[in-house]
Amino acid sequence: MSGAKRTVNADSKGGANRIPGKGRLTPAKTARFTFDGRTYQGLQGDTVASALIANGVHLVGRSFKYHRPRGIVSAGPEEPNALIDVMRDNARRQPNVRATVQEVFDGMTVASQNRYPSLTFDVGGINNILAPFFAAGFYYKTFMWPKQAWKSVYEPRIRAAAGLGVSPTEDDTDEYASRYAHCDVLVMGAGVAGLTAALAAAATGARVILCDEQPEVGGALHYDAGVTIDGQDGYAWAQDAARRLAAMDNVTVLTRTTAFGYYAQNFVALTERVTDHVSRPARSAPRERLWQVRAKRVVIATGAIERHMVFANNDRPGIMLASAARTYLNHFGVAVGRKVGVYTTHDSAYEAAFDLHRAGIAIPAIVDSREQPGAEVLAEAQALGIEVLTGHAVTDTKGKLRVSSITVRRVSGGSSARSIVVDALITSSGWTPSVHMFSQSRGKVAFDAETQRFLPGIYAQDCVSVGACNGTTDIAATLAEAVAGGELAAQAAGFSGSARLELSGTQAFAWTGGMAGAAYGAGPEDDVKAFIDFQNDVCAKDIRLAVREGMHSIEHIKRFTTNGMATDQGKLSNIHGLAIAAETLGRGIPEVGLTTFRAPYTPVTFGTLIGHSRGDLFDPTRKTAMHEAEEAMGAAFEDVGQWKRAWYYPRPGEDMHAAVNRECRTVRETVGMFDASTLGKIEVVGPDAAAFLNLIYTNSWDTLKPGRCRYGIMLREDGFIYDDGVVGRMSDDRFHVTTTTGGAARVMHHMEDYLQTEFPHLNVWLTSATEQWAVIALQGPKAREIIAPLVEGIDLSNEAFPHMSVTEGQICGVPTRLFRMSFTGELGFEVNVPADFGPAVWNAIRERVEAVDGCAYGTETMHVLRAEKGYIIVGQDTDGTLTPDDASLSWAVGKKKTDFVGIRGMKRPDLVREGRKQLVGLLTKDPSVVLEEGAQIVADPNQPKPMTMLGHVTSSYWSENCGRSIAMAVVAGGKARLGQTLYVPMADRTIAVEVSDMVFFDKEGGRIHG
Amino acid sequence: MADLATRTLPLRGFHGGSAAVRLTPAAPASRLSLRAKPDAVEALSTALGLSLPTRPKASVTIGTRHALWLGPDEWLVIDETDTDLGSLAAAAGVLHSATDISHRNTAVLVEGPGAAAAINAGCPQDLSLKTFPVGAGSRTVFGKAEIVLYRTGETTFRVECWRSFAPYVSGLLAAGAQDAGH
Repeated sequence: MSGAKRTVNADSKGGANRIPGKGRLTPAKTARFTFDGRTYQGLQGDTVASALIANGVHLVGRSFKYHRPRGIVSAGPEEPNALIDVMRDNARRQPNVRATVQEVFDGMTVASQNRYPSLTFDVGGINNILAPFFAAGFYYKTFMWPKQAWKSVYEPRIRAAAGLGVSPTEDDTDEYASRYAHCDVLVMGAGVAGLTAALAAAATGARVILCDEQPEVGGALHYDAGVTIDGQDGYAWAQDAARRLAAMDNVTVLTRTTAFGYYAQNFVALTERVTDHVSRPARSAPRERLWQVRAKRVVIATGAIERHMVFANNDRPGIMLASAARTYLNHFGVAVGRKVGVYTTHDSAYEAAFDLHRAGIAIPAIVDSREQPGAEVLAEAQALGIEVLTGHAVTDTKGKLRVSSITVRRVSGGSSARSIVVDALITSSGWTPSVHMFSQSRGKVAFDAETQRFLPGIYAQDCVSVGACNGTTDIAATLAEAVAGGELAAQAAGFSGSARLELSGTQAFAWTGGMAGAAYGAGPEDDVKAFIDFQNDVCAKDIRLAVREGMHSIEHIKRFTTNGMATDQGKLSNIHGLAIAAETLGRGIPEVGLTTFRAPYTPVTFGTLIGHSRGDLFDPTRKTAMHEAEEAMGAAFEDVGQWKRAWYYPRPGEDMHAAVNRECRTVRETVGMFDASTLGKIEVVGPDAAAFLNLIYTNSWDTLKPGRCRYGIMLREDGFIYDDGVVGRMSDDRFHVTTTTGGAARVMHHMEDYLQTEFPHLNVWLTSATEQWAVIALQGPKAREIIAPLVEGIDLSNEAFPHMSVTEGQICGVPTRLFRMSFTGELGFEVNVPADFGPAVWNAIRERVEAVDGCAYGTETMHVLRAEKGYIIVGQDTDGTLTPDDASLSWAVGKKKTDFVGIRGMKRPDLVREGRKQLVGLLTKDPSVVLEEGAQIVADPNQPKPMTMLGHVTSSYWSENCGRSIAMAVVAGGKARLGQTLYVPMADRTIAVEVSDMVFFDKEGGRIHG
Repeated sequence: MADLATRTLPLRGFHGGSAAVRLTPAAPASRLSLRAKPDAVEALSTALGLSLPTRPKASVTIGTRHALWLGPDEWLVIDETDTDLGSLAAAAGVLHSATDISHRNTAVLVEGPGAAAAINAGCPQDLSLKTFPVGAGSRTVFGKAEIVLYRTGETTFRVECWRSFAPYVSGLLAAGAQDAGH
């Protein structure tokens, strides 16, 4: 016990049940909070649970199904009942917080859950009386008829009634941080075992991270006042050890930090609660921090969790785990009652009784279902004058909102029942080693028949379990095991030397006993509510019912009864449920098996998992170099993958339709400028560059001369179109490849993949240059005169620089790669400049464009203009099932080529058969009707449903330049249907269309050479 | 003849950090993506005036010029002055690929006692001095972005990224810097 903090509590500061002189909190440091609107005073360092008990409050919630009054069961993360709603303000509110873990802070607002209108009077309590109708599996049986009613009536009502907590509706204003970390040895749990292992590992110089879920280290030493280490009080030794560790450069001690997920190759997720205990946290401080730790070795020192006794009406407020009562007394200085009964089959509960007795609390009786408790604890009880009823069981309890008496009978039967008045009952049926993290690491547990426990068996990762989670309970053995475990972990991580750590430990009593399953009076013949899973209201009889109904696997029993499926994930109930199932099935526990442990060990907030990834940091938002200039021009933007692209440039009074019509007209009449920077660019360099492109594209590249460009298409191995784009040959060994915006990254990977795996013999390298260049497209009859005065060293004449050319020179005094190309069918150029120069060049061009009444245009106009010319967009007009022939692009396939990616795929029978879906143009009979993209096409609109669909519309626009609507579509056997009338059935009408070719404007194609 | 175009830097105006970390945009630099096979390394080293590193995560610095090993046949060459690195490489006369990426990349300088923690907000690498010593460089991930991380001092790093990822990278660095101060 920390002597300095043990000051006498003169008044009843921090609650009437605070016992002067007990506990480790400082009476002067108080914290006021409200619970269901009433103000209470606790002490700093209290949990909500300890502060409420200190103020005499045990009733904290209603159960999930039956709405039975429930109290605080535990003093730790295993808590099934005491789930509360904690609020700082409307935005910073969290439901389903365990009151046994949440620390109080001054000004906090706490509310109970799952009750209406109030905790003491809850109308849902009717479910308790109607319980026979709510047996296990009732959802599956009761609410099936009439069938439609499930969705409309039963499910919504059941969900409303059974919901646990209420989600906040406002955006969470808290910060959540995340951090990756590496260490040689990660120690989970800072109890005796964890601290010792960390000391041993750290002494070798290894980098150690020690984490513990509690605010202070110490683990079981929080309650176990009977332990000394090196002659020192155990808890005080633990605090000293933590201080020594924290002072070392190679050690990080993280308290309030739970290891909740154990993944492959010793990758462990921790959640650190940074400010949940702080009254007024700094605005910049994160509420929680996610640690993703890669550890060379892991030491698991997660301790053990006490189980409750399973008997009739064992769920009344005031009935709790013996170790919890001991924690409240020894750590928080709080008495859980004034007359505390004890019901146990394990010696550990005796020590709780002794501590309470010595603190002046009456212990009316220790009821022990064993005939022979441990001799040492029995002797001590007798010495203290505590009545011990061996061979007895508690078979019932009374008390509406808090336990008021217990009924005790001899387990051998015969004798009459005895009623004992209590205001609290503490129980223990033994301890379950916490093998959660070991199991999450994919280790296999083994059942130890002698102690009836699952213990770590076969290890799957580089970790070791020490202490109570490994089944070691004796203090001296724990210390030795932890020293060895820590040292070996450090050595395995590459550190030599031994800490020569020798610690001696003593404990007051050795513990014996324990049982799993239902106690006397809750057997198969007893129709009582003996709860095993408090939160999900699962009783012993529910498990038996599940078995009778044919569930023989523990996984089925779990899902049928919902045992272990609540927020506590069965930390108290799993072993009891398993034991009852095994008994009912007449099999051994290991044959029935344990359910799988999965992450998270305890509930984790979405905030922790999301971390920084929200708002602007949810996903990168990519903007081109000219984005701000375009924004200043009033552009509306659209999302194209991660990119923001200028969509259209509305002028005052214009809607999108009017702006696009104007932009479309302007490009064909004068000139338009367009930001094409997002198109993917790949620099392909090396003596074998042309040979490589020959293999990647369907086209032939040997014949392309430096200074010329070619439109290329690439296929996947299966013969379908993968991407397209214009490729310019800068020199014999250097190509400037462009890809679609969306295809930039995957085309690069596709090429790199083939280069490394199929064509490693080629001397060629690929470099992404997408972002090196800002690209300004100029399209329209006046395009040449716009850039002519700006360029230097480039002859722009048709003769010197014809359509599909590329050259290098200067524009506005900076280097450019200038392309003569077009995606509109007009005379066109694409000005590439190093990206930092983009805005300046854009503005210089813009000045000249506006002087001739040209305009900037966005992606929508670009789409319309290219559709007028029948140019496809890969990914819009193709969907991964179109061949070059289907898209009328056979001309782009090198006929003499003997190899390229997809050449064999293209020849597959299904890809050359008649009647494939082919890309064609569609003209509505009524030119004013614009088809819907994605609409289905049929030959006969009067056929019975379901109709035979021939294909669908891929692109559809109003074309201002054509004075009518235009569309592209994939249609079965489309090219043979030119001139045919087909139909597009819509919800309200049927639209007649004529199949056409895909060129709607300037069919001769003369404008491009202007 | 129009006015000479001026540069607009991707991270103009950005500054940030916390008591533990200072974040500043790096000045414009010349950058080259250099690709070559082992037999060309010596000649290219001579041409560039530094010995191209051949071990993973290694870098070499001579004056204002840095070469970072990114892969068995790939280097990122950075010169903090306006230098035509491509022409220098070409003079080696050996088989290689040199692509100018001076404008593709931009960089944030991360300095201070919390620098490694700030970067570890999104970068899963072990940034201890033992495994990521001064001079270490690595193409790696930072949240959802690709970066080249280069340790220039015990508590100083250069974080290179593609220009359009700069707002995201600098934003996540700022978030990490804020957390590193707590």
